[in-house]
Amino acid sequence: MSDLYDEIRDVAAQYPVRRSAVLPALRLAQDHYGWLPPQAFRDVAEALELTPAYCQSVASFYDMFHLEPVGRCLIEVCTNISCALVGAQAVLEQFENELGITAGQTTADGEFTLRTVECAGGCGWGTVVAIDHRYREHVKADDVGGILSELRGAEPVGVGRGPGVSEDGAVGDGAA
Amino acid sequence: MTDDSTPELRPLLFAHAQDADLTKIDAYERAGGYASLRKALTSDREELLEQFLASGLRGRGGAGFPMGRKASFLPKPDQTTKPIYLAVNADESEPGTFKDREIMFRLPHALIEGVLIASYAIGAEIAFIYLRGEYLREYEIVRDALDQARARGLVGANVLGSGYSVDIVLHRGAGAYICGEETGLLESLEGKRGQPRSKPPFPAISGLYAAPTLINNVETLATLPAIIAMGGEEYAAIGTESSTGTRVFSLSGNVARGGNYELELGTTLRTLIYDIGGGIPNGRRLKAVIPGGSSVPVLDASEIDTTLDFDEMAKAGSMLGSGAVIVIDDRACMVQLGLRVAQFYQHESCGKCTPCREGTRWMVQLLEKLEVGEASQGELDLLLDVCDRILGKCLCPLGDAAAMPIASYVAKFRDEYQRHIEEGGCPFGGESSLEGVMAPVAQHHRDQRSAIEVPA
Repeated sequence: MSDLYDEIRDVAAQYPVRRSAVLPALRLAQDHYGWLPPQAFRDVAEALELTPAYCQSVASFYDMFHLEPVGRCLIEVCTNISCALVGAQAVLEQFENELGITAGQTTADGEFTLRTVECAGGCGWGTVVAIDHRYREHVKADDVGGILSELRGAEPVGVGRGPGVSEDGAVGDGAA
Repeated sequence: MTDDSTPELRPLLFAHAQDADLTKIDAYERAGGYASLRKALTSDREELLEQFLASGLRGRGGAGFPMGRKASFLPKPDQTTKPIYLAVNADESEPGTFKDREIMFRLPHALIEGVLIASYAIGAEIAFIYLRGEYLREYEIVRDALDQARARGLVGANVLGSGYSVDIVLHRGAGAYICGEETGLLESLEGKRGQPRSKPPFPAISGLYAAPTLINNVETLATLPAIIAMGGEEYAAIGTESSTGTRVFSLSGNVARGGNYELELGTTLRTLIYDIGGGIPNGRRLKAVIPGGSSVPVLDASEIDTTLDFDEMAKAGSMLGSGAVIVIDDRACMVQLGLRVAQFYQHESCGKCTPCREGTRWMVQLLEKLEVGEASQGELDLLLDVCDRILGKCLCPLGDAAAMPIASYVAKFRDEYQRHIEEGGCPFGGESSLEGVMAPVAQHHRDQRSAIEVPA
């Protein structure tokens, strides 16, 4: 049996009911294939003793599962209200201009997929941009060029500060 | 531990977080961590439930239901043949809310300790932490903290030699706002689409795998160690009579210092926005405040002396919700705000019940027409009618969460909505701070249209 099968069986062993492992299993399959092709549903179904159709019906409910191929790097811009109020649309448009695609598309070389997402949970530190689910916060349109150079393998420029860092640089703000 | 420069802060959960990296178990224990668990394990279960009740702690996820009462609805371990479960709602996704995330990335052990205390009090044999899928860093931090706790014998068989055994399973979501609704969460945890169940039966009786299940928010549970340490009554002395304790408020939008701030309940919105948050930047004027996440009715600038208190906020016609305070300055068009909020709920509607599935789509279409100046007076009336046909008529609170804010924007900013009709377009003339914001649902529909376009 494949490594993927064994990994899914290991995860499923944590739950009293095997079907509870559908989400983690789909995540493992997506990590394996880069997205969820028909074979991924067959793999998950086999390991969890479900049908491929059932697994696909669950996957289609959740935004993080890709039912179509995506680029090597996934760039997600939060455009919910807190980020929108502080300039998320300008950040998104800068990504669109620099990548030559519109939100929802993948670059022709298969490197980048750009999309908008609903509230990422970094509202006080907007605009939030998630790059392969690693958050950049306080991102401004002017930071976009630097972020893309970094992702294309140029020198890291350290733009977009890490989570929990406020305007004045104090970690974690208030809570204390 | 009050910071001199901001005397309004009241760190209780975050009491020691400024001086030490509390993601490390040694630092957490040096700061008194896991002492409450040790105390709890030598206490009678009933005694713990009484402490929860005495504390007056109300759920920090949004609904504000008393935590102790919710826990008391579960059968006792000797009254049921089924296993008892704790499900931790760490699926934070209410727009404007990011406090559970900060609790997890700075205080993972406070969460774990709270989970262990609650689990012991109800006799749970497994606690599942349903962690929002997008929160990758928080997942890694909580996972590592759990490993440290397991290595110290705090999690697993025979916790600290007490004879009580509990396992904690970290379960990651995969991107669905509705899984923050308690029964949607349970469905998702059972490996299904996250569509809410009709209630009753309530989860306390028939929850995960049809067994008794207590579901609590991250902040609610992370507060338990402090309650056990100080005693329920002493905790209840903080805050106001009906809203006890402290709360971590998420401040965002057009405010100088956005962030999470732990305050005593009963502090005014004005204090949070101006004294703590530094006010409205760029010389702009305050226009509106959303006091409890995007699901709650809006307040206008004249209402910011309302206190952050469950009942006072209800008296003002809004809700304290998830404690997410979104500040809006005078550059924002309220029709665009309504459209963006409606788009969110359309995107997140699970599709199970008709008023929500169809109503949110109607709301978006009517708001789009209003924004471009193509709506008639009758269509503004129709928008309010659609809100009315959603309110109170859905299986779960998502429908209300979509209709309440939109109805409130029209009620509070009626002139602005009228002007879109009378002037045949947006009075902001392209200068609104929310101009042209691309929502995922709009992006998706555009992509679908282009996919079916027939080439000439």
